[in-house]
Amino acid sequence: MPQSLPVELDVAKIRADFPILEREVRPGIRLVYLDSTATSQKPAVVIKVMDEFYRKMNANIHRGVHTLAEEATAAYEEARQRIANFIGAKHAREIIFTRNATEAINLVAYSWGRKFLQPGDVIILTEMEHHSNLVPWQILAEERNLRLEFIPVTADGLLDMGTFNELLGLQPKLVAFTAMSNVLGTINPAKEIIQLAHQAGALTLVDGAQSVPHLPVNVQELDVDFLAFSGHKMCGPTGIGVLYGRETLLHTMPPFLGGGDMIRKVYLRSFAPNELPHKFEAGTPAIAEAIGLGAAVGYLENIGMDKIKAHEHELITYALECLSEIPGLTVLGPPADKKGGVASFSISGIHPHDVAQILDRYGIAVRAGHHCAMPLHDKFNLPATTRASFYLYNTKEEIDQLQMALGQVIKLLG
Amino acid sequence: MDDLYREIIIDHYKNPGYRGILDPHDISFEDENPLCGDLIRIDLRVNEQGVITEAAFSGHGCAISQASADLLIESLIGKTIEDAKKITKQDILDMLGLDTLGPVRLKCALLPLKVLKAGVYGLGEASDKLVEEE
Repeated sequence: MPQSLPVELDVAKIRADFPILEREVRPGIRLVYLDSTATSQKPAVVIKVMDEFYRKMNANIHRGVHTLAEEATAAYEEARQRIANFIGAKHAREIIFTRNATEAINLVAYSWGRKFLQPGDVIILTEMEHHSNLVPWQILAEERNLRLEFIPVTADGLLDMGTFNELLGLQPKLVAFTAMSNVLGTINPAKEIIQLAHQAGALTLVDGAQSVPHLPVNVQELDVDFLAFSGHKMCGPTGIGVLYGRETLLHTMPPFLGGGDMIRKVYLRSFAPNELPHKFEAGTPAIAEAIGLGAAVGYLENIGMDKIKAHEHELITYALECLSEIPGLTVLGPPADKKGGVASFSISGIHPHDVAQILDRYGIAVRAGHHCAMPLHDKFNLPATTRASFYLYNTKEEIDQLQMALGQVIKLLG
Repeated sequence: MDDLYREIIIDHYKNPGYRGILDPHDISFEDENPLCGDLIRIDLRVNEQGVITEAAFSGHGCAISQASADLLIESLIGKTIEDAKKITKQDILDMLGLDTLGPVRLKCALLPLKVLKAGVYGLGEASDKLVEEE
């Protein structure tokens, strides 16, 4: 039986869930939010659950037996379970709460990397990494004298898999890569990369900061060893992120930060670490934010990640058509069928800051800069680009507005 | 409508009067804004009395940073190095004809002044402190 296409999103209904989309940027100018790759907007249900936590339930978790502490602990752990289900993890204890994807990657570099990597060991990254999946490995490489190798990015914004296959001959210890580029929008063949890496004896880390919010992701299907992502890019609050780690690996890893909650027993001169996942969660965590992320995950699940993916595919297909009509505009990255809802572009002779500033006159929020991917911009010989990115609440009408406003940019500065 | 892209800015951006490189020069400095990759280089020729006789800027960036550089260079010629040290953030905003500027774009507007100050003070690197108000 052919798989039936997902039913279209009811975007009007979704938009009503996001209070900020009602906002006028200035009188009479409604917000057109095309910057979800930087951070997504939050549905009322997420805002409400965090507000209610502080109004009704606020207490520290994992200590104290009073009613509030019990309720807060249960809510925090329920959020962990929801997130585990959302990404198909076997156990909730494989979900480590961090501040964001950046901290999750740093946790792996610090804990796993410092224990298991020796001078001369090879880590394979890609040329399209966000600084968060680059700099932690640079720090570790310098400290431990490791060798970093990079899967090149082709002119059309794809990973050069031929070179990757050659690099695997170096017997890397780790292959760490983004499942979806925050600049090019490229959706990388994560499952294939993981399989090849495992065959070569390497572990794998996926930077899921863009893929988890926008695509269906299942860690068991992917067979990935570590997956890092941020709550705020997937309808959740800032200050909360996740490291998924395969349980057998997490057991072998030493703690990351030391402090309360990560210990089983403390003596004056030593300690015994707590069980998973608490071993990696030192100090009072972002409790309200974890609960908020749990609600965000519930919200996305109710809508359906397959539907969200299909909606964004429709938007990017339309956006690439519209943008191609603008003279002097070049979009980076592959065609719509190989990318998510991200369109980074340059307009010849006009600086991205000016583009973004003029778009703001029309209430259109886009990002201008190097999007925390300076090496990738160097590769394409651009100091910066303008990036429009889409999420479940965006519409084709908003893309029409973008096209119209870009016409005004060219009129003024072209 | 905001009036950030007023005539004076567009005009100096599109038709800069002082774009170029001075070789040889007495003072030269360049710096970039790591947020957006904008790069400004300023070259100065100074006579024995410490008066700036020639000045030019080069590099790349947005309309605000480029117009700010052109206006700053224009204002420098005939000034002494000591005068140049006294130019403030407010002077730049006045030249651009802006009352205020958000924190992000302020960095664009002040990049040329930062480069100038690092150059005239003979510093190894530019810092934001050079253009902060006392």
